[in-house]
Amino acid sequence: MLGHFDYHEIWVNLPYLMKVGMTFTLTLTALVVVAGIFFGTLLAMMRLSSIKLLSLVATGYINLMRSVPLVLVIFWFYFLVPYIGAWITGASQPVKVGAFLSSVITFTMFEAAYYAEIMRAGIQSIPRGQVWAGYALGLNYWQTMGKIVLPQAFRNMVPILLTQTIVMFQDTSLVYVLSITDFLGAASKVAERDGRLVEMYLFVAVVYFIMCLAGTYIVRRLQHRFAIAR
Amino acid sequence: MHYHWNWKIFWDMTPEGTGTYLHTLLVGLVWTIATALAAWVIALALGSILGVIRTVPRRWSAIGTIYVGVFRNIPLLVQMFLWYFVIPELLPTGIGNAIKHMPPPWASFVPAVLCLGFFTAARVCEQVRAGIQALPSGQRMAGTALGLTLPQTYRFVLLPTVFRIILPPLTSEFLNIIKNSSVALTIGVVELTAAARAMQEFSFQVFEAFTAATLIYIVVNICVVFGMRWVERHVAVPGFIGPSVQAGAH
Repeated sequence: MLGHFDYHEIWVNLPYLMKVGMTFTLTLTALVVVAGIFFGTLLAMMRLSSIKLLSLVATGYINLMRSVPLVLVIFWFYFLVPYIGAWITGASQPVKVGAFLSSVITFTMFEAAYYAEIMRAGIQSIPRGQVWAGYALGLNYWQTMGKIVLPQAFRNMVPILLTQTIVMFQDTSLVYVLSITDFLGAASKVAERDGRLVEMYLFVAVVYFIMCLAGTYIVRRLQHRFAIAR
Repeated sequence: MHYHWNWKIFWDMTPEGTGTYLHTLLVGLVWTIATALAAWVIALALGSILGVIRTVPRRWSAIGTIYVGVFRNIPLLVQMFLWYFVIPELLPTGIGNAIKHMPPPWASFVPAVLCLGFFTAARVCEQVRAGIQALPSGQRMAGTALGLTLPQTYRFVLLPTVFRIILPPLTSEFLNIIKNSSVALTIGVVELTAAARAMQEFSFQVFEAFTAATLIYIVVNICVVFGMRWVERHVAVPGFIGPSVQAGAH
């Protein structure tokens, strides 16, 4: 019962939870946002490409990633990345990849598929006439995309990209299945060591709740700020 | 870099001797579907009620807002732990112990179903609310003008249309619940992903196990999508509301 709730337990372990756990979670989130949006944009451009093969590959990849659970994808990459590493470096043995790098690769590959669909919607929201205008001015594909289409698409999609990022921030807790010490992993280690499951898991829930609520609030503020007067 | 492929592994017996590896995976699939379906019942019922509450004039709508805020801003895995580890402790000792001492599959199955159900209810709630708000306000006014009470207006005028409109987003929520059921492996439900993981640990055939699980998930996805398309066509009112108009085209 809550009568036995031990606040001291949380207070004592707070430095460990934040320094080790939350740092991992936030670093992972930050890296995956950048890499995920980068590869997601490339995937979206591939999917919208007039080259059939490119669009087929991108569509297949996006649909595949979106139809399997993240937990399964985490297991897939955990075992696959060492083989890919060996293939790239030409080593004869699977390359040892650290837990952190493995998580970054996994989440980037997974989230890129979701970011790609958002960026696709963003690119498609730009009137086609702007692309033609770009070509008519003598710009090539990359210049048209980089200087005309993507900046607007990105700006239109910032709120949705951030909302997806909040979802991804929550999803990073799933690295728990690889016994990695992210925020939840750290709390779960303390909880099991001290037999204080109630305190630890409630604390984790409250922290995630406050952070995500704050994130949602910021997104709403940005939505007004970024709205383009039309 | 050598990986020894062995696709015949699926017909080998597991060390437990209960059946072949393929059998293990299929049993996992059954648990995935059972978890998803049971949770979906909760999600749909609770989500619809909350969605309605959020659109009802005055007072009550705050309940829906708070519910959605709480269940969407805590990671699913943390919620899973709360249902499995924390709730039994917070309940009166007798009930808590009764929950903890349920026979093996149920002690983790029941919390998993409750967790997924309540989690998805928040998402269903948002879809229902969006659906109701998408209807022209004249429908609600016409309902009450005809002398229907507010509950009757919802029951006979608004909701029959709303559920038709939101079938496509509900389909993707159902696909999500199937995928999210894999999180239940953390509290001991041996669903499809856990079965694949078990097969990998026993047989060391990592990629065969995960390939099989991936293919099964894709097949289930396709079945759900086609099934829901059939439902959409089946419940379509001719000459009415969008999603069913292109019904003949498939």
